[in-house]
Amino acid sequence: MEYDYEIQGGDFSSAGFASSHLKKILKQIGIEPKLIKRIVIALYEAEVNIVAHAYEGRIHVEIEPGQIRLEIQDRGPGIEDIEQAMEDGYSTASEEVREMGFGAGMGLSNIKNNSDDLEITSTVNEGTELTIIKKFK
Amino acid sequence: MVVSDLIEKFGLTAYSGKDGLDRQVTGGYASDLLSDVMGHAREGQVWITLQTHKNVMAIASLKDLAAVILVKGHGPDDDAAQQSNEEGVPVLGTTREAFEMVGELYEAFKEHEIL
Repeated sequence: MEYDYEIQGGDFSSAGFASSHLKKILKQIGIEPKLIKRIVIALYEAEVNIVAHAYEGRIHVEIEPGQIRLEIQDRGPGIEDIEQAMEDGYSTASEEVREMGFGAGMGLSNIKNNSDDLEITSTVNEGTELTIIKKFK
Repeated sequence: MVVSDLIEKFGLTAYSGKDGLDRQVTGGYASDLLSDVMGHAREGQVWITLQTHKNVMAIASLKDLAAVILVKGHGPDDDAAQQSNEEGVPVLGTTREAFEMVGELYEAFKEHEIL
């Protein structure tokens, strides 16, 4: 099964749409609740990253036998130093975003902690691509 | 203990999400950082915060939290209240500051052997 979502940068009210939709689907197909929770955390954080940092983004979800693959691609400023961005507490979020309680520098580590495999590639001034894999066993 | 028990015990305002007043409460989590709640809150907890925007409801619903308690007299933003109604996750409010609310809840949860 495959699902696609589009997200506009800056539109905070749309963050959570994809993860909420996917949560319902995973429930319907009988994925274990503990796994659903982890997948949903990872996807939500990825959605917020697009809204907080990028101009626009696309999410492609593939549910395969035994695993789920989330491909998150954005057009935006990119990440200069991925290792630094992965550090807890490091964030380049604006003051406005921080006031909403985002931008604590915990997003990427939340994604990493809740996935089995995370790949990040990024080009400055072009965008960032994340591939998240979570196995069902 | 369910959400409506908290309303009664602590005189909380029920702003929205009244379909969820019978949700079971299994503890609490206090934070204004959304990723912190996303990463560490657990199903059935009440979330004590001063954040009032719609993303609070996205998180509360994704994490299957029992309810959100807004402190210092804040109410939910209109779109947050709407989502709370749609998802049946109540938003409650108190004029207490977070420190007091959390302290009182902690005592009550201990007493009822929830924690």
